[in-house]
Amino acid sequence: MAPNCLSIALAGNPNSGKTTIFNHITGTRQKVGNWPGVTVEKKEGTIHKYGYELRIIDLPGTYSLTPFSIEEIVARDFILESTPDVVIDIIDASNLERSLYLATQLRELDCRVLFALNMADLARERGIKIDADKLSELLDLPVVFTVGNRNEGIDDLLKKAIELAESPTEISRRRRVKYTKDIEIAIDRVRRRLSDVVGDGPYNPRWTAIKLLENDSVVRDRVADATGDRAADLMTAVAQERLTLRELYDDDPEIVMTDERYGFIAGIIKEVVTTSTRRRVDMSRNIDLVLTNRFVGFPIFIFFIWMMFQVTFTVGAYPMEWIESGVGLLSRLLGAILPEGILRAFVLDGVIAGVGSVIVFLPNILILFFFIAIFEDTGYMARAAFLMDKIMHLIGLHGKSFIPMLMGFGCNVPAVMAARTLESEKDRILTILITPFMSCSAKLPVYIILAGAFFGARAGTVIFGIYMTGIVLSIITGRLFRTVLLRGADAPFVMELPPYRAPTFKSLVIHMWDRSKMFLKKMTGVILVGSMVVWGLSAFPRNIDYDMDYSGRIEALKAAYGTTLANAEPGERDPILRERKERIEDLQRARQAEHAEKSYMGRLGKFLAPVFEPLGIDWRGSVAIVTGFVAKEIVVSTLGILHAVDEGREVLKETLKTTGMTPLSALSMMIFILLYVPCLATVAAIRRETGSSGWMVFNIVYSTTLAWVASFCVYQTGQLLGYGV
Amino acid sequence: MNCTDEAVEKPVRLSDVKESRTARVVRVGGNGPLRRRILEMGIVKGTEVYVEKYAPLRDPMELIVKGYHVSLRVAEAEQITVDQVR
Repeated sequence: MAPNCLSIALAGNPNSGKTTIFNHITGTRQKVGNWPGVTVEKKEGTIHKYGYELRIIDLPGTYSLTPFSIEEIVARDFILESTPDVVIDIIDASNLERSLYLATQLRELDCRVLFALNMADLARERGIKIDADKLSELLDLPVVFTVGNRNEGIDDLLKKAIELAESPTEISRRRRVKYTKDIEIAIDRVRRRLSDVVGDGPYNPRWTAIKLLENDSVVRDRVADATGDRAADLMTAVAQERLTLRELYDDDPEIVMTDERYGFIAGIIKEVVTTSTRRRVDMSRNIDLVLTNRFVGFPIFIFFIWMMFQVTFTVGAYPMEWIESGVGLLSRLLGAILPEGILRAFVLDGVIAGVGSVIVFLPNILILFFFIAIFEDTGYMARAAFLMDKIMHLIGLHGKSFIPMLMGFGCNVPAVMAARTLESEKDRILTILITPFMSCSAKLPVYIILAGAFFGARAGTVIFGIYMTGIVLSIITGRLFRTVLLRGADAPFVMELPPYRAPTFKSLVIHMWDRSKMFLKKMTGVILVGSMVVWGLSAFPRNIDYDMDYSGRIEALKAAYGTTLANAEPGERDPILRERKERIEDLQRARQAEHAEKSYMGRLGKFLAPVFEPLGIDWRGSVAIVTGFVAKEIVVSTLGILHAVDEGREVLKETLKTTGMTPLSALSMMIFILLYVPCLATVAAIRRETGSSGWMVFNIVYSTTLAWVASFCVYQTGQLLGYGV
Repeated sequence: MNCTDEAVEKPVRLSDVKESRTARVVRVGGNGPLRRRILEMGIVKGTEVYVEKYAPLRDPMELIVKGYHVSLRVAEAEQITVDQVR
């Protein structure tokens, strides 16, 4: 690395204000990506200050460096493998005792650590006084006070960090946790054995010895790799030491060591913290007494959620319209410029229509993510999980899964992305897999047409039943996956309920934008390709051998009406003109229908028809279902095209009835639409958020299979019971 | 009434402690990641735990430990043995 190029990692507990500080340091110069191989967000930014190029890396917020969650593994690996020049541990000053746990672990890693005592103003308000000099002396590291949301102390922090990085002194080995004699002896013995085998590497020997005694599987595997055939001896020795210690303390060494770290911390706290007895009114606690109240807690929660949906879909509808008309305008403009032909059809019907159909969701997504950012930044998200956990736990899920699942009723794309708020990867994947069963708003028009046509006054009940079916199947699926696929202990619900805080507008916007950008970037690419493919399937082959000469017919009609019009009285012309228009449109639609039928897409539908036949769905239905993969909205328009009717809903309903569809087959089709593979954008989101194509393929196969089986059962049972007519 | 500052009852499970009561941790049971996690969050032997409230559906529960608020499922709190403190 160049001499004046430094890397600074920000570590700290969740809710310590780490992200706020990171945002202040890097501003808009930040890159958001993922840590390699996992779905944990990696944020970094490079800034130039004081003649240095500073690369700032925001490590995931963790309470410790015990590798139980991916966040902890990511944070620890970064410190171990990438060896940043300085690690800044951001500490919530009002929560010093617990924060110091991570600090002692960082200290043990022997990296250059610097403390940022953040939110010191809040701590002072709560009557907590911290003697920073004493803390600095006791732990032998620099301590800086910061107030993240007011940008105080940040410059000082960076200056100190540079100073520390450039200081030539050896990292002090004195001020770290000293364990009781027996443990220290064991550490020493393991350390010596270790250096016999591997010399000085790969990591700090004392730390490695401690981790081996703690039975840390990651470190154990790495040491085993480094020691090769001598690993077995070393591990036997470690196991022996562990056994001795366990007999001595009647508990596992890692538990004893955790206890002792807290003991060490308690000692520090006693010396540096003075808590004044004067207790001020704890606002956050009072707010919480209302928001998680036994009686009003749930009503308030439901109100917040209702408001989020209201605003997302009503306020979002306006910009949606603007975007739609913008897309329409662009389409018309290009339509006027481009010559008639394949290129024009490709650009207008393929590219613009495809991307346009996804980009209209942007306002919804922005608003939804703005709300989620508010929920998260204020601390309400943790309360939502607190309220809902009991219910969600019945499905084998975490309280936090509720928000993504609920959002699924709106649109599955942001819903799948909202699963990021779940810390445990298993919970996240499970939530992502069952969220698509929440019937999204794009499926509603399909239900309205089908239920409206075949169930009349009971349409509302039927649609409600469809939604409930989705919910019930998601519960069953959740339980099934939890016991079969994503086994293992539930993620513990040891969740901090951070104090309520007023969010800063800047962080809300950054939060919202980070996530929406992801939607735009990744989704448009996939959607673009996907809609081009679907367009290609329905547009080709170009030269279709039509059953009748539509163009000729239209010309003949025009000519016929020409004569009628010429002979008609001026007052009678309007109805004739209208009639002419209608008959020409009928012909055009018939041509379109035949084109659709004979296109590759139509052939595919007919090819698939035998698969759908046991479900009571005809080839038109199967084509509509196939096109619905791009976006569920398309199902209705495809049905319209294939039945050669205008999209007008009433007409389509009447036509559907005449083509042999029965209430039972309509029900079967609705259930299929509810359950089968989610739209392209959702599938792309699943691929992204689970970080694996495997889960994506699994989701496609599982949902489609389930859809087929469910529809099959409904249709066949219905027929047996005599509802088939 | 003998109101001393010490434990007045024999050890109970944390899940049995009523709202607005304080207890002192005797032992954190259970095993694996959950136990370790509870300890790492500062719920170690000797720590005073204040039961702030139970969720509206009686599960999970909210505790105040070392000056911060944390929630635990009742099933998890069953693993923690405490002395009730007056």
